[in-house]
Parts: sequence; structure tokens; C-alpha cells
Amino acid sequence: MTNRLSWFIIFWLIAVFAFLYAPIISVVVYSFNASKLVTVWGGWSVKWYGALANDRQIIDAAILSLEIAAISSTLATILGTIAGYVLVRFPKFLGRTAFSGMVSAPLVMPEVITGLSMLLLFISMEQLIGWPQGRGFTTVIIAHVTFTLSYVAVVMRSRFLVLDLSLEEAAQDLGARPLKVFFVITLPIVLPAIISGWLLGFTISLDDLVISSFTNGPGTSTLPMVVFSKVRLGLDPKINALATIIIAIVAIGVIIATVHIRRLERQRQRDEQMAMRAIAAQA
Amino acid sequence: MAAVEKTTKQPQNKHVSAPWNDPKAEPYIRIENVTKKFGEFVAVNNVSLNIYRGELFSLLGGSGCGKTTLLRMLAGFEVPTAGKIYIDGVDMAGIPPYDRPTNMMFQSYALFPHMTVEQNVSFGLKQDKYPDSEIKQRVAHMLEMVQLMPFAKRKPHQLSGGQRQRVALARSLVKQPKLLLLDEPLGALDKKLREATQFELMNIQDRLGITFIVVTHDQEEAMTLSTRIGVMNEGQIVQTGTPQEIYEYPQSKFVADFIGSVNLFEGQIIEDEQDHVLIRSDEAGGDIYIDHGISSAPGARAWVAIRPEKIRLTKQDLNEPHNCLSGVVKGIAYMGNLSIYLVQLDSGKQIKVTMPNQVRAAEFMIDWDDRVTITWHANSPVALLS
Ligand SMILES: Nc1ncnc2c1ncn2[C@@H]1O[C@H](COP(=O)(O)OP(=O)(O)OP(=O)(O)O)[C@@H](O)[C@H]1O
Ligand SMILES: [Mg+2]
Repeated sequence: MTNRLSWFIIFWLIAVFAFLYAPIISVVVYSFNASKLVTVWGGWSVKWYGALANDRQIIDAAILSLEIAAISSTLATILGTIAGYVLVRFPKFLGRTAFSGMVSAPLVMPEVITGLSMLLLFISMEQLIGWPQGRGFTTVIIAHVTFTLSYVAVVMRSRFLVLDLSLEEAAQDLGARPLKVFFVITLPIVLPAIISGWLLGFTISLDDLVISSFTNGPGTSTLPMVVFSKVRLGLDPKINALATIIIAIVAIGVIIATVHIRRLERQRQRDEQMAMRAIAAQA
Repeated sequence: MAAVEKTTKQPQNKHVSAPWNDPKAEPYIRIENVTKKFGEFVAVNNVSLNIYRGELFSLLGGSGCGKTTLLRMLAGFEVPTAGKIYIDGVDMAGIPPYDRPTNMMFQSYALFPHMTVEQNVSFGLKQDKYPDSEIKQRVAHMLEMVQLMPFAKRKPHQLSGGQRQRVALARSLVKQPKLLLLDEPLGALDKKLREATQFELMNIQDRLGITFIVVTHDQEEAMTLSTRIGVMNEGQIVQTGTPQEIYEYPQSKFVADFIGSVNLFEGQIIEDEQDHVLIRSDEAGGDIYIDHGISSAPGARAWVAIRPEKIRLTKQDLNEPHNCLSGVVKGIAYMGNLSIYLVQLDSGKQIKVTMPNQVRAAEFMIDWDDRVTITWHANSPVALLS
């Protein structure tokens, strides 16, 4: 019985992993395909990587996307952290309910609507105050900050909710002023959440197609937009190569993080043993 | 009331005379009619308290009676709904926690998780911009005191509960503030360390003249440490006094019952003179004579409280007119140095008697189901009106 059950589990395990990873593996495999036809296997080759390196359009779009993602997620993290803190630590202020609703509104708003309303806003602002002039880098950044901010605020808010208030009280009690408490106690403690908020914002911004399409201008095509327009003209094996590189970067990041955490854990255990020995020596 | 005024007590800590008995003495901390409400709920109810310089004042009381809330108002984390708090003559209203001459040890410890033990303890000194060498030396001394030297470089999550408690204690002690507020400072320590730390607390208080307010659940600890004890119930201070006063002369059933163990008999006052009071108690099944008056109307309802160790147990038949009851032994708990006897009186009431085990068993042995007589001295019980 238990044996049958375990076979059953193993079957599902394999099925689920296949479901998750088969597309990714096929992308990686086909990026080494020598054939120009994406669906026909023509032997091993790395020529698409070479072609990719010479494709200025893709390279420029990738750099632009990374810039936009880095700038907008940094701004969104700063604003989102403040918003999350205010929502948790200030239970009463005028317009709190409206503020709380508006911070999370872009989460539930369809992207098309967010993008369209951003576009309309930029156009009418340009007519009224003459800024922003046309659409481009700045407007894309503003749009990305607006909607990634919501994700960061949600992450930070739930972090601040479980943060023990007495930690900040204890710091004040020991003589630190509120602003100092925020920077010396609160921020370092929630730093992991800030980093995950930033990464989340970065990925969402990097990934975004719809809102960027609404708010970009000439010469500011982001990577998703370029990939999308290329794919519409027929599958290009260079895109497979690009996807493989991105997957490799992510995988390496995950491996480094895991190794680092393991190392910290081992260090901690060593410290503990040393302390125990020190106590034993004392006694 | 009268009983308390009549007695002159030696305070426990010999370095502190009894300023609370001196009407001219200036209290160091004045809590005047302080009330704290959370919405409709009254957490602290009209508390007035004077605490003098160098005291170690213990707050005792059941869970949820408002002890922590009172401390938090002193530290500045809660604003009183009504009333005033003065520390060293200064009105604390509007003064933020970081400008108050107090340090608090939190019941939840509130250790900074991203800092090592050493950094936690030095945090307060760094805020005051002491020179590095002094910080280092004071922190080292503090860590030595709480025996945490080997753990100096560890983070709080790598410590046991008792070790964390000691870090919290060290962190609040290291600044040597004018007023230290300790919320259950020794709860998680083992007996040996607890005694050592108690000793060290008294030492610090002696040397530096710091005033302490300590919340504790441990009565024995409150008894040995405190200059005075305040007993709280449902947001109110029901009695303050030296440990002896609280133990020997409780003013209400609540205090008598809360501090130590006690036998209570309900009865009616039939005689109340300057020098004695006679109470007839059906619950006890006899008359109880107490050698101090309580100035109340004869006929009033009263309770007699008598501690188990003040009752004598004998197999002889004594025929006294009062303070003498008989019953049957229903249970014996041998505790080594003493034994606890559970006696069912003829009235049906069960009482507790403790007797030291002066001799090893033999002729004084009282056994289960023996008929016994219990007596006590006329100055042992206290008569209570509430
Ligand atoms: N911020 C708050 N909001 C509402 N009620 C509160 C708040 N803080 C405390 N209380 C209530 O006030 C009462 C007193 O709480 P307090 O923490 O002072 O009790 P305590 O005497 O310290 O108890 P314990 O011995 O369990 O620590 C409790 O009933 C508690 O529920
Ligand atoms: Mg408490």
C-alpha cells in the first residue's frame, strides 16, 4: 500500500516538474540548434549566440530594460517602503483609507487600463504644463514606478505588520530619536524584505510589455517589446539564445544565494560549538 | 489600618531608612491619580504612588492587572488618560521616552535581532556618545556580571530564553539610569543564576543608588528583594507596604490570599475594643480572639486571615474558650523541612497547617485520620473588613 502510494507520488512529482520545466529545457536545447528553422533539429551549434552578440537592437533593448528596471524599482522601493511603514505605524491620519486603497489599486487594475490612463495623463499634462515633453524614458520610468510601487508597498506592509513594535520602543528608551531608530533599527531589520521588494519590482518592470507599450516613445523600445515584435515576424533562434542566457543568470544567482546561506549556517554552528566549549572551560 | 500604624518595621535593605514613613521626605517618583483607558477598558485605575530614591519597589499582581501598562506610562510609551507622573520633581507629560531618565527592560526582551549581544548592550551608551574605550569597558563588565562573555558575538536568535533575558537585563542596566523599570526580569533564569542576579541587583542598587521598579510574579523574589511591595488588582493598587507589612498585615482578603497562603474564616464581630476584637465564626466553628482592635461596628461582617505556619497542631485536647478548634487530619504533604497538614474542622471547613519537622518522626507523629486540636496565639490572625 505504502509502496503503491509512493509510486503514485513519484509519478506526480515527475509530471509536475515536467510541466514546469519542459518548456524551459526545450528553449535551452533549441538555442543550440544549428538549423534556422526553430522547429527542426539541425545538430548542435552556438552560432545563435554569436548572432545575438551582433544584434545591436536586442542588446540596446536589453540594456535599456535593465536601466529602466533598476531605476524604477529603486524609486518604487523607497516610496513603497515609506508607504508600507506609514500604513502600519500611523493608525490614524486624514485620508488613511483612501491612501491605503490607492496604494494597492494598481495591483487589481488590468494593465491595459493602467497603461491607457498613464498615457492619457501624460498627454494632458503635456498640454497643460508642457511636461513631460513627448513620451520616452522618463514616462516609462514614471509608469513603472507607479505600478511596481504597489507590489513593494504590499511586501513592506506585511513585513512591518509582524515587526515587533517594542524593538523600536526599546531603541527609543535607550536614547535614540525616532529618525535614528528608523535608520538604525527598523531599516536593517526589514532589509531582507526591502531586497525582496526591490527584486520583485525589478522583475515586474523588466517583464512588463503592456504598460511600456502605452507610455514609451521613439527609441525607447524595451526588451519585451523587441522580443514580441520579432516573434510576430516568425520565431527567431536568437531569442532562444537570449532566453538561455537569462535562465543561466537566474540559476547562477540562486546557486550563489544557496551556497551563501549554507556557509552562514555552518559558521553559526561553529560559533555555537566554540561558545559551548568556552562555557565548559569556564565551569 | 490601625495595625499597620502601630508596628514599626525594619526595612529589609539596611541602607535605606524608611522615607515612606517620614512625612517630610520628598518622593522621587510621584504618580498622582493616574488612569489609563484603552477605549472603554480601564487598564490602570486611579493609581497614586510615591516611590523614594534608592528604593526597589516591586509590583505584584495577577496577569492582566495593569503592571506593564503602569511601567509603560513611566517610560513614556503610553500617555495617561488622566493624572500626572513626576520623576525627580519634573512633570513627565509630553517628555518622549528618549529624553526620560529611565530605562526599561521589556517583558518580551525586545532584543535587536540584527545586532550581536555586545552591540545590543552597547546601543544605549552609543546614543549618549561615550568614548569608545569606556563603552567597551562598561559593556564587558556588564556581560561578565550576567555571565554572557562567551556569547558576546552571538545574535539573539542563537541564544536560549534565559540567555536572552540576561542580555535584556544587561542592556537596561548598563546605562545606570535614575530609574530602572524591570518587567519580569528574572522569570526565565534557573535558581542559581536567579539568586546570583538578585544579589547583583541589590548590589547595584546599593552602590549606585538607582531606583528600581520591578514587576514580578514571584512572591518570594519580591519578598527578598524589595524595600516595598505594591499589590495590584484590576488596575488598582490595593495595598503598598514593606514585605513584612504586606505579609503580616494584609488589609483585604485579596492581598491576604494573593501573598503567600492563608486560611480565611468568615464571621461576625461581637466585640470590638481598643485592645482586642472577638469574632464569632460559624465557618470556623468557634470564636476567634485577636489582640488588636479594628474599630468597626459590632455586628459587622468580617474575615479572619491566619497563615498556616502560625497555627499549632496537637493531639491533646485543649479546652480553651477561643482560638481553639478541633478536626481530623485529611492529608499530609511531607516537604522535608516542614510538613503541610490538611485538616477538616468539625464545621466542615478545610484548613492548611504547616509545621516544621523539628524531630525525626516518633512521638510527635500525627497521622492521617487522627483527631487533632488546632490553636494559635491571639496576635497571629488579622481581622479584615473587605
Ligand atoms: N494597547 C492596548 N490596547 C488595549 N488593551 C490593552 C493594551 N495594552 C494592554 N491592554 C490591556 O490592559 C490590561 C493590562 O495589561 P498589562 O499588560 O498592563 O497587564 P500585566 O499586569 O502586565 O499582565 P502580565 O502579568 O500578564 O504581563 C490587559 O487586560 C490588557 O489586555
Ligand atoms: Mg506585563
